[in-house]
Amino acid sequence: MNVLQLTMLVGAGSVLAGLVGALTGLGGGVMIVPLLTLAFDVDIHYAIGASLVSVIATSSGAAAAFVRDGFTNVRIGMFLEIATTTGSLVGAVLAGLCPASLIAILFGAVLLYSAMVSTAEPRRTGADDLPDALAGRLRMDGRYPTPAGWRAYRVHRVPLGFGLAWVAGILAGLLGIGAGALKVVAMDQVMRIPFKVSTATSNFMIGVTAAAGAGVYLSQGYIDPGLAMPVMLGVTAGSWIGARLLAVIDTRLLRLVFSVLVSILAMEMITSGVFGGA
Amino acid sequence: MAVHISTVLRAGVTLATAFVLFGATLYLSRHGTTEPLYEAFTGEPEALRSVAGIWGAALSGSGRGVIQLGLLVLLATPIARVALSFVTFAAILDRTYVVAAGIVLAMLCLGLAGGPA
Repeated sequence: MNVLQLTMLVGAGSVLAGLVGALTGLGGGVMIVPLLTLAFDVDIHYAIGASLVSVIATSSGAAAAFVRDGFTNVRIGMFLEIATTTGSLVGAVLAGLCPASLIAILFGAVLLYSAMVSTAEPRRTGADDLPDALAGRLRMDGRYPTPAGWRAYRVHRVPLGFGLAWVAGILAGLLGIGAGALKVVAMDQVMRIPFKVSTATSNFMIGVTAAAGAGVYLSQGYIDPGLAMPVMLGVTAGSWIGARLLAVIDTRLLRLVFSVLVSILAMEMITSGVFGGA
Repeated sequence: MAVHISTVLRAGVTLATAFVLFGATLYLSRHGTTEPLYEAFTGEPEALRSVAGIWGAALSGSGRGVIQLGLLVLLATPIARVALSFVTFAAILDRTYVVAAGIVLAMLCLGLAGGPA
């Protein structure tokens, strides 16, 4: 196989990864690392570098729209980014020290968990209008657009949300994923921020989080232009198509099917890590 | 602020994609038929690891250099967004968030400089 053929194949696979990532809500990054390591035998450090780059591209594109429409809470995003960027740097440095097999096993475990979570119905948190001293001092309370007009919300439990965001940052830097699901849990479940604001603000943070880790990967020589190019272009195209499909098709069955697929991929990652070959 | 952030993000991604596409054309037209080697990690050459090195490689007309410059622009997009937030918070004298943006900016530069290790 020559460079052109490999580029085409990786590009096509990345379109698929971006598509599935958008339809399941897991994000494109989650599918790229298994695709590159399992199907193309790429070293996992190169795979993570390419994945981080694609994560910056897709999240920045989506974040642009959410910010414009007023869903994103820039203050919350800015504050939690202290946690996610610090974590991302730690994760990226850890990845340089960890053997490929250990990263593969951890990746498989996180993938398996995300697949399970993505099929669960989102739990609704009760409306909580009591003010929180710390969130108030940080002026985090905000409002967001609904069909019935702007609605105000209050933010709670900032320290716990900050801690979870730090863990999400470590996973992002270590595994080359956006870790959006964990960021949404931190905001939606823990800080009791409305779901739409949580997902928009998570998207806003993903690009910055990935950029912190990607800088480390770049300077350590883990980002190969020949590999990152088809991945970035493919995932961006795939996510774009996926986002448009989401609006017109019923995704419940699709999510279930993909979750089974993602679980199988996760098992493969773990097996390859345990028995070598990752 | 929202409008400016949105514009910076979109412009950054568009510019990055343009560089990557242009570099891809150069790279594939010259090296499309060679053998790829990704199975063992050997690391990128020094020229494709640092801002100055990438800039030089891209200016010399290397396809891989131009792609890497595009990826660097992509990496710089969130950094530009944080820098913009820093300026905006400073303009409204919001000290808490000036500090927050400053810390995040420092972390991002630390990453590009090779990380804390």
